[in-house]
Amino acid sequence: MTMFTRRTLVKGGTALGAASALTGPALLDWAKAWAQSAPWKPEKGAQLSMLRWKYFVQSEDDQFVKLIDAFTQAMGVKVTISRESYEDVQPKAAVTANTGAGPDMFWGLYSLPHLFPQKCVDVTDVADYLGKKYGGWVESAQKYAMNGKKWIAIPICYSGNMLNYRLEASKKAGFSKFPTKTDEFLEYAKAMKKNNTPGGFALGHASGDGNAWVYWALWAHGGNVVDKNDKVTINTPETEKALIYAKQLYENMIPGTAAWNDASNNKAFLAGEVNWTDNGISIYVAAKKDPTKNDIAKDMDHAVWPVGPIGKPTELHLMYPILAMTHTKYPQACKALMAFMLEADQFNKWLEAAQGYLTHCLNAYDKNPVWTADPKNTIFGEAGKRTLTAGGLGSVGEKAASTISDFVVLDMFASFCTGREDAKGAIKIAERQLQRIYR
Amino acid sequence: MTDLAINTSRPSPRAITAWDRLKTNRNWLAIWFMLPAAAFLVLFLAYPLGLGVWLSFTDAKIGRSGVFIGVENYEWLWEDTVFWLSVFNTLLYTIVASAVKFAVGLYLALLLNENLPFKAMLRAIVLIPFIVPTVLSAIAFWWIYDAQFSIISWSLRHLGLISGNIDFLGDIWHARWAVIFANIWRGVPFVAITLLAGLQTVSPSLYEAATIDGASRWQIFRYVTYPLLTPIIAVVMTFSVLFTFTDFQLIWVLTRGGPVNATQLMATLSYQRAILGGQLGEGAAISTAMIPFLLAAILFSWFGLQRRKWQQGESND
Repeated sequence: MTMFTRRTLVKGGTALGAASALTGPALLDWAKAWAQSAPWKPEKGAQLSMLRWKYFVQSEDDQFVKLIDAFTQAMGVKVTISRESYEDVQPKAAVTANTGAGPDMFWGLYSLPHLFPQKCVDVTDVADYLGKKYGGWVESAQKYAMNGKKWIAIPICYSGNMLNYRLEASKKAGFSKFPTKTDEFLEYAKAMKKNNTPGGFALGHASGDGNAWVYWALWAHGGNVVDKNDKVTINTPETEKALIYAKQLYENMIPGTAAWNDASNNKAFLAGEVNWTDNGISIYVAAKKDPTKNDIAKDMDHAVWPVGPIGKPTELHLMYPILAMTHTKYPQACKALMAFMLEADQFNKWLEAAQGYLTHCLNAYDKNPVWTADPKNTIFGEAGKRTLTAGGLGSVGEKAASTISDFVVLDMFASFCTGREDAKGAIKIAERQLQRIYR
Repeated sequence: MTDLAINTSRPSPRAITAWDRLKTNRNWLAIWFMLPAAAFLVLFLAYPLGLGVWLSFTDAKIGRSGVFIGVENYEWLWEDTVFWLSVFNTLLYTIVASAVKFAVGLYLALLLNENLPFKAMLRAIVLIPFIVPTVLSAIAFWWIYDAQFSIISWSLRHLGLISGNIDFLGDIWHARWAVIFANIWRGVPFVAITLLAGLQTVSPSLYEAATIDGASRWQIFRYVTYPLLTPIIAVVMTFSVLFTFTDFQLIWVLTRGGPVNATQLMATLSYQRAILGGQLGEGAAISTAMIPFLLAAILFSWFGLQRRKWQQGESND
């Protein structure tokens, strides 16, 4: 991991000089013009450091480095980027928030800013500026980035977590189209297992893929962690139905998913061991890039999550908000950078480079060609509009963040699916954990 | 002092103040010399420990200092099944791993104390698991235990001994034994090499005398080696137990406490709740709850193993 980071850092460093040549003088001119008219003028001698989640798609990061370089050239603000595995951004941000020393900006996961809302620079002006210019923000992104009426972060993008499946094996199991209803999906899982081409969802402590599917299952059956007043409402027959459904699915998955983390299903899918799973577009991108895996890329597609008894999509996609810490000496520079990242001339290229891994939160970017160039990408473009927020019906505050970080819902499903607890017992344990968090 | 000769009318020397005494008194001198070390300990040991204990009585969240809430965090923990599960896991992990590490370590130390060919090289090899960074070895074990790509499962499958992969980290008890094994693999060299150092301090003449008296090899071990080794056993096992009890990296890389918290230790649970979940107060309470266990372990090895009268020059009755 460190090697990768260092390599990309070195590469990023050498790329800094070459970037203007690569992106052409036009871009730089644009960036300079932007700098002239930008509503935020960086403080004199401003320098920024940013900690971002470590990319899953290399070309996304390459374009990101170019973007940052253009910003540096236009604004004269040096930006130091460091990268951490996306789960490690939060603890680092937390320590920085507590000590008041560390990077100026953090680009992390889900409701990160809500863990310490009073330590985030108010960026309402940036959000208003971008929203007006680019057709408004999708609703879920507003929930993630706002604390009351104040924007405490800028929702940069989602990362769609969709179903990945093999075409040939699905056809053989009698499914020429991917199931759209939960019942159908269970039949699909059974048929796939019967054909010895099983799939699987992570039931270990996998922050991304694990949480995505258990929240989907819970919500699809009408279960909810809390109501809209943040009162714990997990102990309902609907939750029990969701558990029973998940257990049936689990019994038809490949053995070993209880130990899976976020990387396990990627490995297994790319090795041909697993024929359906939930993931970002990274499996597909990796398969396209590796000549030995091209057959997998050809033989796979993506699908939105099947709709459950409640009759509407209940998806949870990863949100990546960026925030500036109040301890920064250069809040204006931070704001300028946030706005710069999402301006069309930068963001469009970045979206394309990410090959579908990043999904916009500003409506105007629906038109980006990345969503239509390859039909297998298309559904990822809808992630921002389809997703619910990590808090479910309740607030997207620190409590929702704690619930996800503490794997309360994931453990409830895992303990029932693996037979460690009965449904009532599993729900009771989760309820108590939730009461502790939402007290 | 140079004006002494000129200024003859100088009054008698000033009275000796308490400060002068403190400066020159030999007993106080010792205090002065100890002061830097004491400051170091207070700053880097006592203060963080005190702060941790204090945090456990507050509802501190990340980025926000909390208010005093008494024992509320502990009350919640008392009825928290996940917490008690982590206590059970930690005790199981510590007791089993430490016992095996001691047995295997002692055995290895006795072996390495013999006159073997390539002695120096063998001793160096034994140290390897201890030298490799924990995270690296944990990642290696992660692959060894992988649900789909485990080398163990693969070998056994190809030998025709099993039909499906072994679910090392997905099954509750498999996962527990798997992490314990990884910890033992990592911890044995420390015990072995330290005990080996202890063995080499045993004078050969004692063995000669015992042999002349007709002692069997077991008797030599039981009545010569073992008693002389107890002080070092006490030290090495104290450290070993403390390291195991507070282990974090291995679990975090291998299982993150899963499946279903079956390998969740108090240290990992504390981190998960305090840093990832933002509930600093509660995480601190879990950490503080480790202190009594650790104290008990230290006291046990101190009084149980180390306080032999003969070590202080008296007879061992």
